[in-house]
Amino acid sequence: MKNAGRYRHAMRLGVVVVAMFGFGYALVPLYNALCDALGINGRTALVAAEALEAVKPDLSRTVKVEFVTTVNGSAPWDFSSEQPSIEVHPGELHTVIFNVTNHGDAAVGQAVPNIAPWNAARHLRKTECFCFNNQPLPSGEAQQMPMRFMIDPALPADINTVTLSYTFFDVPQVAAVH
Amino acid sequence: MAHAHADHHDDHDHHGPDKGIMRWIKTTNHKDLGTLYLFFAFTMFFIGGMMSLVIRAELFQPGLQFVHPEFFNQMTTMHALVMIFGGVMPGFVGLANWMVPMQVGCSDLALPRINNWGFWLLPAAFTLLLSTLFLPGGAPAGGWTMYPPLVLQTGDAFPFLIFAVHLMGISSITGAINIVVTILNMRAPGMTLLKMPLFVWTWLITAYLLIAVMPVLAGAVTMLLTDKYFATSFFTASGGGDPVMFQHIFWFFGHPEVYIMILPAFGIVSTIIPTFARKRLFGYDSMVYATASIAFLSFIVWAHHMFTVGMPLAAELFFMFATMLIAVPTGVKVFNWVATMWRGSMTFETPMLFAIAFVFLFTIGGFSGLMLALTPVDFLYHDTYFVVAHFHYVLVPGAVFSIIAAVYYWIPKWTGRMYNESLGKLHFWLSAIFINVTFFPQHFAGLAGMQRRVPDYAVQFLDFNVWSSVGAFVFFFAQFIFIYNMLACCYGWGGRKRDLTDRVWEGATGLEWTVPSPAPYHTFEDQPQIGDDGEPVKVKATKTAKAH
Repeated sequence: MKNAGRYRHAMRLGVVVVAMFGFGYALVPLYNALCDALGINGRTALVAAEALEAVKPDLSRTVKVEFVTTVNGSAPWDFSSEQPSIEVHPGELHTVIFNVTNHGDAAVGQAVPNIAPWNAARHLRKTECFCFNNQPLPSGEAQQMPMRFMIDPALPADINTVTLSYTFFDVPQVAAVH
Repeated sequence: MAHAHADHHDDHDHHGPDKGIMRWIKTTNHKDLGTLYLFFAFTMFFIGGMMSLVIRAELFQPGLQFVHPEFFNQMTTMHALVMIFGGVMPGFVGLANWMVPMQVGCSDLALPRINNWGFWLLPAAFTLLLSTLFLPGGAPAGGWTMYPPLVLQTGDAFPFLIFAVHLMGISSITGAINIVVTILNMRAPGMTLLKMPLFVWTWLITAYLLIAVMPVLAGAVTMLLTDKYFATSFFTASGGGDPVMFQHIFWFFGHPEVYIMILPAFGIVSTIIPTFARKRLFGYDSMVYATASIAFLSFIVWAHHMFTVGMPLAAELFFMFATMLIAVPTGVKVFNWVATMWRGSMTFETPMLFAIAFVFLFTIGGFSGLMLALTPVDFLYHDTYFVVAHFHYVLVPGAVFSIIAAVYYWIPKWTGRMYNESLGKLHFWLSAIFINVTFFPQHFAGLAGMQRRVPDYAVQFLDFNVWSSVGAFVFFFAQFIFIYNMLACCYGWGGRKRDLTDRVWEGATGLEWTVPSPAPYHTFEDQPQIGDDGEPVKVKATKTAKAH
């Protein structure tokens, strides 16, 4: 009888162990949900924003948008934006062209965006972006990729410069992203 | 049949240890397993210590002298893994194996066979881990924290690392479950929770921490494994994952882990100081509550390890203040130890010397921890030798000194022979002096900007590193005095006699001191009754089948 109590207790603790293993995995959706809900981690929406026409441009304000382009690892690619930065009025739509040249074998790339400062992330609306999809990069070819965006007029007043960074990753096994 | 049954019964009554190697492989006795754990831990301390000497030899001068940078990085990574999972944690589990049943007055741990399995997983785990040194590409070199994407570039060693961590985790979890079940179900009648010795209390809380966070580590490393081999993208940015998330999950385990490595030390020091101050522990209840508070706070401070990843200001403030809050219960403990010594009739035997050094040097480590907790300055200290100095102050003169103190304190009970006090004092002074020679200059090197995990450094850091390397070598070799002294107790070298009283130390209290020295192979088969004052009312004579 006494032993049975001990085994029951040990089994209960074993259930806690299994639950905590599951909790480790549950942290993944929890982390993503928190980042999205709070707009932290510099994440931008990975799908096209809609209904941008209704916004009235705020011509009294000018925000500088800088572009940072990085190729991850040692992929033999050139990746750059046509302008290093542009000045925009919040509420205006702009298109920026990014150039990529693949000097190596044919590959598939995926650009991952990030924004600083973090609280600008939810105020950057993109209607079109090469980062929404995998980009086939045929060997030796140069491509132009447009990115169409608008800064939301609700951007906090203390932000005058927004830095938008893209890192281009080589995706060996093309896994569908979103 | 009847005869066989009678034989079996007989055998059970006079049960002593089996003979030969099978005794150690098949044993389910908590004392044997405690001994195995301690021998294993000190073997790992030796291996990990050799790795630290490779590191310190390379850092004796700027430039590259002895090893390649890749091998240097393997050494820093393996040193940490071996010391944490092979040295400190099994060391504390070994002490718990020996002392928890004896301190709560029961005959063995609740699940003795699981206990045997838990121990024997460790040699398997470390064979896997250490064998990576001989693989093409060498051992893991991305740091013990295993941050992706760097760790995903590990070669053939990668799956060995992951499965070794899994095995260590299973071993720790089985040990922890065993200890919780033993403490909560098998205490001697009359021993209420708030009459338990503090070593038992701190281990109870530590065991809960282990149960809560080791599975999270197992989950994190499993995600790494599937990211590398099965094209999941938990931490791969190109697949929509986030490498920073690994740091959150890892440190959700990692911060409680650092308390796993220090709470049993608190229990040991709370046992030793009252013995040699010949006073009751000051503020017993507050010690228990402080330990529980530290354990709770350990779950909400993890992001202070990663202030520089780019967190919102509100998060940095929260983690800064939560971290600084830990200084309150820790301060309660330090003041209680000092108050216990206040006006006590103190003597300074070796365990007491190590315990006092623990209080003093652990507090220095705590103060540098407070400095690191300040977010704005942490940006300067991050990944410098200041961090290295901080965590070595809490782990070496903290956790390791407490394990050494505990072995000195209880070895007369375990072996029935007293250690040599002169050698003990020599060992103490060499250790206490040279651990400071090793790690104190690293504070300055770090503040001046020397980065950790780099085999080369700018010339202006030369003096600090020379001090540090000299200290490390002397400290390492001084430990052989201790090893000799303890083995001499085990094997009776130098004519050491078994002439000790049950109590051994004049001021010692607790059930372990009511059984003969050496402790018989089986103790407390009849549980003692604990009175209102926390002392045993009467102790029935246990069967004194000699163990050795």
